[in-house]
Amino acid sequence: MIKVLFFAGVKEQIGQDFIELDDRGWTVGQLKHHLLEKYPQASESLANVMVSVNEEFADDGTKLHENDQVAIIPPVSGG
Amino acid sequence: MSNQQVPIQAEHFRIVTEPISVEEVISRVVHPHAGAINTFIGTVRELTRGRKTLYLEYEAYVSMAEKKLQQIGQEIGERWPNSRVAIFHRIGRLAISDIAVAIAVSTPHRADAYEASRYAIERIKDIVPIWKKEFWEDGEAWIGNQKETVAYPTGKPEGLE
Repeated sequence: MIKVLFFAGVKEQIGQDFIELDDRGWTVGQLKHHLLEKYPQASESLANVMVSVNEEFADDGTKLHENDQVAIIPPVSGG
Repeated sequence: MSNQQVPIQAEHFRIVTEPISVEEVISRVVHPHAGAINTFIGTVRELTRGRKTLYLEYEAYVSMAEKKLQQIGQEIGERWPNSRVAIFHRIGRLAISDIAVAIAVSTPHRADAYEASRYAIERIKDIVPIWKKEFWEDGEAWIGNQKETVAYPTGKPEGLE
């Protein structure tokens, strides 16, 4: 399984802290596309997110693997 | 004293839910080779763009946020020799004037401590997964990136390795 974590506004729009998906050999870009289709209510937010894989920022070409922990990271506002 | 990079210590970079003790953050960077300790304290502001905030909530991806704070400490260690850094960021509900973030940097000479401290807060606003939600009398909203780099054309924050 691949665990996908949601935070902040994206979490509220999707209504879940995380989901688990079967490993389908996807890239980060393919996962984002899947989320956009599955959660149209969050499409505007999802268009502006970064993605981390196992706690490191990853680009759309990064390949996902079994047991990866992915996080959908809206624009940050700490400090 | 040679110009060396001081190894970072994980316990100097923390996401906390309790009020931040500035003294505790400072104590982590006290060192006989330091001639200056600069502290930056970020507090909750009541007015943003004329709108009155009642309180804030901060949320973090805690494990990654602590890792990214450590990365900032590592970067500072590479740029400013013999520096020491500690950064605590609080999450949860914060009232006006509460301390959201405290940064302490010690260096042999003062100019470096000022520069490194500024570097740390700017990097926090770029790469650390922490989010702020403002609560007003008439609504609430998650606040996006405040450095106007929201779209991330490269898919990553600017300046990221």
